[in-house]
Amino acid sequence: MGKVWKYGNDVNTDVIFPGKYTYKIMSDEEMASHALEDLDPNFAKNVKEGDVIVAGTNWGYGSSREQAVKCLKAAGIKAIIAESFARIYYRNCINLGLPAITLKKEDIDKFDAGDEVEVDIENGVITNKTKGFEVRFPPFEGYVMDIIKAGGIIEYIKNQGNRE
Amino acid sequence: MGMTLTEKILANKAGKKEVAPGEIVTVEPTWVMSHDNSAAILLKFKKTGVKKVWDPEKVVIILDHTVPPPTAEYANNHRSIRNFVKEQGIVNFWDMNTGICHQVMAEKGYDLPGAVIVGADSHTTTPGAFGAFAAGIGRSEVAAIWATGKIWLRVPESYEIIVNGKLPKGVFAKDLALHIIGDVTAGGAVYKAVEFKGETIRDMTIASRMVLTNMSAEMGAKNGIIEADKKTEEYIKERKKAPYKVFHPDEDANYERRYEYDASDLVPKIAFPHTVDNVHDIDKAEDIEINQVFLGTCTNGRVEDLEIAARILKGKRIHPDVRMLVFPASWEVWREADEKGILRTLADAGAMVMNPGCGPCLGAHEGVLADGEKCLSTANRNFKGRMGNPNAEIYLGSPATAAATALKGRIADPREVL
Ligand code: SF4
Repeated sequence: MGKVWKYGNDVNTDVIFPGKYTYKIMSDEEMASHALEDLDPNFAKNVKEGDVIVAGTNWGYGSSREQAVKCLKAAGIKAIIAESFARIYYRNCINLGLPAITLKKEDIDKFDAGDEVEVDIENGVITNKTKGFEVRFPPFEGYVMDIIKAGGIIEYIKNQGNRE
Repeated sequence: MGMTLTEKILANKAGKKEVAPGEIVTVEPTWVMSHDNSAAILLKFKKTGVKKVWDPEKVVIILDHTVPPPTAEYANNHRSIRNFVKEQGIVNFWDMNTGICHQVMAEKGYDLPGAVIVGADSHTTTPGAFGAFAAGIGRSEVAAIWATGKIWLRVPESYEIIVNGKLPKGVFAKDLALHIIGDVTAGGAVYKAVEFKGETIRDMTIASRMVLTNMSAEMGAKNGIIEADKKTEEYIKERKKAPYKVFHPDEDANYERRYEYDASDLVPKIAFPHTVDNVHDIDKAEDIEINQVFLGTCTNGRVEDLEIAARILKGKRIHPDVRMLVFPASWEVWREADEKGILRTLADAGAMVMNPGCGPCLGAHEGVLADGEKCLSTANRNFKGRMGNPNAEIYLGSPATAAATALKGRIADPREVL
């Protein structure tokens, strides 16, 4: 269970994780402290484990930097729900184990900032407790689900054990 | 609901009856390709803890980007790749005496109808010319495939690009590609599958079709694709490295957008610096003085490209203020062009015929430009700094335009010299 952080269209990787930090090696906590710094200064201070982001179209366009996914995951974000994602951002999300869920505009519009929601990744259900409704989405396909459950593709491969 | 060519191939590989755009499928790629960047990929692979690649017969590694290596660092990378290839028993390894990866993939019979090909290079869209699904992916993802044999793919929405009419004299696949990119724009087909169809495409040689699928990446497409036909089967007959299956799009397939073009009223085109969609008719470029002409790359370094340039330059000398660099796309191209006397003709005209490979395309070696210089290139990209100097300018055109330009010392219309 967590809260909704709601944003608009075309949020780019520069405001998700500022370019000036990309070549600095940082701990997860440090990365989380800069998440969405240039878009919403309240985010990093108030985000809680289990919160979700709900956004419009083209979330995460711009650079291919993986930190723009990592910083949100490190901040405790459990899922990003958007009308659409930039292609590389979407791949980075899955491969780093952060569910990226696409919903239609009319469903996105039903959510407001601060709503209490629960995301059931396994069954593909988002429950809005504040407003009392459910939205369904197609659950992730087998391999992708395995990657998400493992927490990312590298973790998934490591769990497979070494094959000779 | 009918399926597009891309959907059919992905459905088949995923073992499904049907797939729809937006759906995620997991497939074992027919081939996973990488080039000099294999040196970085193998380090990532080692970090996974997996000891052996999933299938040493499906990994294709081709050295082409910095061949022969200009620095010790590049040489060390090549050596670490060769060691890895031996240690893993990778059979499909082509050392630096073969050619540019996207050309070698075709020549050595990896580009096959119905195949799913992924590669750590953005122009891995090229095999689509053979009716394959082919897309560029990141280095970490190549390492992950080496480890697991799997990749997940989101089925892209398809655009259809229909071209009819005969290309006029002096106008080539490259001009058509530039025209389409100028129209669709550099971001106009992001993540889409672009399927090229129509009589102009059917009339094209395989080499010309490869220009279109190669440059699909420049509209942001995930893959470019052309239905296989007799010409395709003819080309792969003696080369094929695996069995293949030809797919056709359904009549009632669902395309998100359709673009239609008439080839018969096209003129030669030039992409101005610094974006590929900054496309103009050649008459807008005709007084631009050029210091270097670069004929080659995975876009336009094939025999037909060198041949048209040789036809224009036969018995003539290039302009004294121009340097012309010719990089055949592969050693197979080099040999055929040699047998046909093409290389001799180009050299006699004053061009430097270089070793096959990417050459100056990516700015690592062999032909970097000076500050303020202008280059007319047959490559697929003209980004600022692409050829190694951010203070230089790159104009893109066809091989015929390149030859005419080398003659005149300024961007010149090939129709005047053909
Ligand atoms: S020729 Fe240029 S575009 Fe083609 S693979 Fe080499 S560097 Fe890339």
